[in-house]
Amino acid sequence: MSTRLANGGRLLNTDRPLNFTFNGKQMRGYAGDTLASALLANGQMMVGRSFKYHRPRGLVASGAEEPNGLVNLGSEGKFEPNARVTTTELFEGLKAESQNHWPSLEFDVGAINAKLSRFLPAGFYYKMFMYPQAAWKHVYEPIIRKSAGLGKAPQARDDDTYEHFYAFCDVLVIGGGVAGLTAARTAARAGAQVMLVEQTEHWGGRAPVDGGSIDGKPVDNFVEEILSELKSLDNVQLRTRTMGAGVYDHGYVTCYERLRDHAPDTPGPRHRLWRVRAAHVVTATGALERPLSFAGNDIPGVMLASAMRDYVVNYGVSTGDRTVVVTNNDNAYLTAISLKHAGLDVPAILDTRALPQDSELVAQARALGIRILMGHAISSVKGTKRVTGVAICSQAGEGAVLEEIPCDAVAMSGGWSPVVHLWSHCGGKLVWNAEKACFSPDVDNPPKGADGMGFVTTAGSASGVFALDDVLCDAHAAGDGVATTLDFKLPKGDSAPKATRREEAPLMPVWMMPQGASVKLREKAWLDYQNDVKVSDVRLAAQEGFVSVEHTKRYTTLGMATDQGKLSNINGLATLAGALDTDIPSVGTTTFRPPYHPIAMAAIGGEARGDVFQPIRRTPLHNWHEANGAEFEPVGQWRRPYAFKRAGESTHDAVMREVKNTREKLGLLDASTLGKLLVKGPDAGRFLDMLYTNMMSTLKPGKCRYGLMCSENGFLIDDGVVARIDEDTWLCHTTTGGADSIHAHMEEWLQTEWWDWKVHVANLTEQYAQVAVVGPNARTALENLGGMDVSREALGFMEWTDGTLGGFPVRVYRISFSGELSYEIAVEASHGQAFWDALMAVGADLGVMPYGTECLHILRAEKGFIMIGDETDGTVIPQDLGLHWALSKKKDDYLGKRAQARSHMADPNRWKLVGLETVDGSTLPDGAYAVGAGTNENGQRNMIGRVTSTYHSPTLDRGIAMGLVLHGPDRMGEVIDFPGTDGKTYQARIVDPVFYDKEGEKQNV
Amino acid sequence: MSDPVSALKNASDSTGIVQISEVGPAGMITLRGDLADKALIKAAVAAGGVNLPEQRRINTEGDRGMAWMSPDELLILCPYAEAKDRTADLAAAVAGQFALAVNVSDARVVFELKGPHARDVMAKLAPVDLHPSAFTPGMFRRTRLAQVAAALWMPQEDCFRIVCFRSVAQYVFDLLNVSAMPGSEVNYYG
Repeated sequence: MSTRLANGGRLLNTDRPLNFTFNGKQMRGYAGDTLASALLANGQMMVGRSFKYHRPRGLVASGAEEPNGLVNLGSEGKFEPNARVTTTELFEGLKAESQNHWPSLEFDVGAINAKLSRFLPAGFYYKMFMYPQAAWKHVYEPIIRKSAGLGKAPQARDDDTYEHFYAFCDVLVIGGGVAGLTAARTAARAGAQVMLVEQTEHWGGRAPVDGGSIDGKPVDNFVEEILSELKSLDNVQLRTRTMGAGVYDHGYVTCYERLRDHAPDTPGPRHRLWRVRAAHVVTATGALERPLSFAGNDIPGVMLASAMRDYVVNYGVSTGDRTVVVTNNDNAYLTAISLKHAGLDVPAILDTRALPQDSELVAQARALGIRILMGHAISSVKGTKRVTGVAICSQAGEGAVLEEIPCDAVAMSGGWSPVVHLWSHCGGKLVWNAEKACFSPDVDNPPKGADGMGFVTTAGSASGVFALDDVLCDAHAAGDGVATTLDFKLPKGDSAPKATRREEAPLMPVWMMPQGASVKLREKAWLDYQNDVKVSDVRLAAQEGFVSVEHTKRYTTLGMATDQGKLSNINGLATLAGALDTDIPSVGTTTFRPPYHPIAMAAIGGEARGDVFQPIRRTPLHNWHEANGAEFEPVGQWRRPYAFKRAGESTHDAVMREVKNTREKLGLLDASTLGKLLVKGPDAGRFLDMLYTNMMSTLKPGKCRYGLMCSENGFLIDDGVVARIDEDTWLCHTTTGGADSIHAHMEEWLQTEWWDWKVHVANLTEQYAQVAVVGPNARTALENLGGMDVSREALGFMEWTDGTLGGFPVRVYRISFSGELSYEIAVEASHGQAFWDALMAVGADLGVMPYGTECLHILRAEKGFIMIGDETDGTVIPQDLGLHWALSKKKDDYLGKRAQARSHMADPNRWKLVGLETVDGSTLPDGAYAVGAGTNENGQRNMIGRVTSTYHSPTLDRGIAMGLVLHGPDRMGEVIDFPGTDGKTYQARIVDPVFYDKEGEKQNV
Repeated sequence: MSDPVSALKNASDSTGIVQISEVGPAGMITLRGDLADKALIKAAVAAGGVNLPEQRRINTEGDRGMAWMSPDELLILCPYAEAKDRTADLAAAVAGQFALAVNVSDARVVFELKGPHARDVMAKLAPVDLHPSAFTPGMFRRTRLAQVAAALWMPQEDCFRIVCFRSVAQYVFDLLNVSAMPGSEVNYYG
């Protein structure tokens, strides 16, 4: 049993007991506990089941590298799956549930997979689920989805809020252990702006646990002193519970601050994602201990030696009463010594090495009376849900059992790997250090910034130096070096803190225990605990021809679990190297990708949820629309009224009413969203002639002209009315969605190609509220407002003028997108609502009604006017739409002209715009395709056209549509078939696209 | 004619860690042209009532001011009621030159953020170095607030003014509120 010890626990506040539940069971811990230490203190060694075989899983580690301890945390709006127990601080009322088992953690049906493990080898998925093809969708995928475990997907909406923060500093130090603290202090003393982040809530890292002294003081005192100095400095920012998550180009680093995971009921954001720009980054990220690969190394009770030490020293928790230590290095002896000091039994230390003489720690352990077996190893661990003993053997042999030692815990250490993730995220290279059997940062190949210089420096264990005095020297040098690079200068005489030196005997690389382990043992030696990848799987992959470590990773799923192989990668690639009979550096590592540890998606989203998920653009009349029954539709980021519904009216009825009323009386449309780009300058005419397909330079001041704009590939991208304001000024109206993109399009050409043309463009879209006053009564309404002459003679069709209406300064454009008598009136946005109100008032006797975008669409479709985004889709050219009249033949060039001359664009078989009338008067389905005779090479029916716009026209009381049809204009009167998705086939006759008022008399009165 | 109405009718909120208010309507004139041209500078100074600002800076005096927007663009601030006349004067003064003066008062809104946590709240939304050693009253940035374009400056310590487009006024107001929620102090700037 694991339990709480009477003494110890340097991080605990035993005056503050906390209650929590695990799988519904009431448990108790203390402030300062992690969920992991509290579970252990309550005797809960088993914390979950593995992903594939559903093997019982216990805690292996004490930090972010923990592969097994994942739980569902909280409930409802505070629910969080896959929370790692080692990084979860305990709080009052915490609720945790273990994952990946059914019906219970203790008895799990899925464990049958373990019995079938012979049939679930590496690459099982690829081998099994290939055939028959249809089975994937209907059989395999549903089953795999159901059995795929880990956390449950949250059902409720997240109650919490999140935010980003943009910070800038000279030096960002990641990791608040003694190395990070030292590097930060050195850089700060030199005068740099320093930000220091630490992922846990404690400063000092693991040095206080591992002992020793710095500057003649215990490590804890050193940490306290350096902290108080850093806190007193104005140029230092300290953040705990903040993890350096990812390092990106140009010194951009994301840090993940967990503000309220430990106090979920306090007000404020839960997480804050720091988006830091640092001139230089120091990664003082420490090192992770490696497991050893022996049979049964996954049985609950087998733990990393350093983790077991952490639990004893930091939390006063014992993992077991009798612990066998197995190691290939000196460091694990610290665990044996700590356990002994805590009054626990260590029946043996199995050391794979044969040391010529005892090193300092070995001697200490021996002095404590611990039995030390050199050259020994574990043959297998006994037990299923809990360690009951170990069978020991010689490391050199094949696993013949020499002796069985009863025990309830095993502490293992296979050496240490520097945490090089952040160094490597942005391209920092690694070198293999054979002596320490680890990959260390290659200082000659750091991640490089825009100036070609390295912008990341490692400090301490992350550099591959593990002895305390080496760590401090390295960290001081890193701080000094970085400060010097940034032109800061350390005061004279400032030197690294001095630590006592502990001489350690060299480690012996061990990748398989025992080295000649049989297949049977290898099948029980786990590399990746979470994803159930064993030594035998990697060897099988090698045997099947996988030589690349990246391929082997994906084939076996090694390192692909939520811990991203923090414990398994090095052991895995060493195993692969062994199987391929090559050396470790030539196998190399897989790619280190951010984030270092999973971060909440919500933190990445930041503030962008709820009301501010996305900007919604509102016109000056938005509130009026809302108060008057508007049903909105998104147009770009704008919300435009689709229709104004009256009480008891369906949306369709409202649209029909609005069309009829506008044709017969008077309609008002909020046209404020249309783009209004002012183009001014001596070269403005020439510029617009290049942008539009037709001539704009010849337009007279006071006149308007409809124009088309194409991309350089010839495709129609925008249309609208251009008004010439004066000699060198034009106002270009764009589509609602096109205002920003066309503005950008203009700027791009002006800035990159025609940079010497004298043209200014200003986007005035939002300066004006624009109202379309449409219908036979439009002129009367404006005359009733009074202030200017809007007669046919004074203001002809396609003209504009400035004036005053009802006391409002306005610009009136006599243009029509509906076929009716129509004025578009621009008024300053701050007066938009008042002007609209005035129009509604004078229109009251004239039958005025507001209308929405659907009515607008029907009005224009009845007239055969195209709509960008309906008749165009990025593949349509003006010629397809019968708009040859708008393509100037006088101009040498315009954007798209050359592209339109290419053979495919000039192909007579391109589908062309026509009108479509259903034979029975019904409405064609939107987007329907017309089918022709025969089939294509794929055996599909030949397509000869498609519907681009389709509506029920209340004016004509029948369905009308526009579409692109093969040889359409030459086939007037022909009836073609449009099969619908409802099983019916719609028959439509090809007709002229202008359905209403073909002569255009109504708009020209 | 009616009284001009700003987008949010001067909405304000002080439930969070800073005071947020829409201040408007405000007069704004865009002037584009050669910022080295003496005649243009003279006209701009006359319209703005302050000296020509240096790159990434703003000069203000009460409601009046002038901000550097880009190598060929200035933003002139003035009382709303004066914007039209000043635009006309400016346009007349630069007539015949390659320059553009246009009234944009109604296309924009102005927000003010006040309180000791103002820098914290701004830095949640704008990718700008707002450390007191890097950003001080008199400086001006064209940047973004979350997903929309904005410009900002500090009329004085603990106070920001923000200009953004009128259509996204509600979004920006909501953004500022969310970012100023109680308990969200960052205390990054000491």
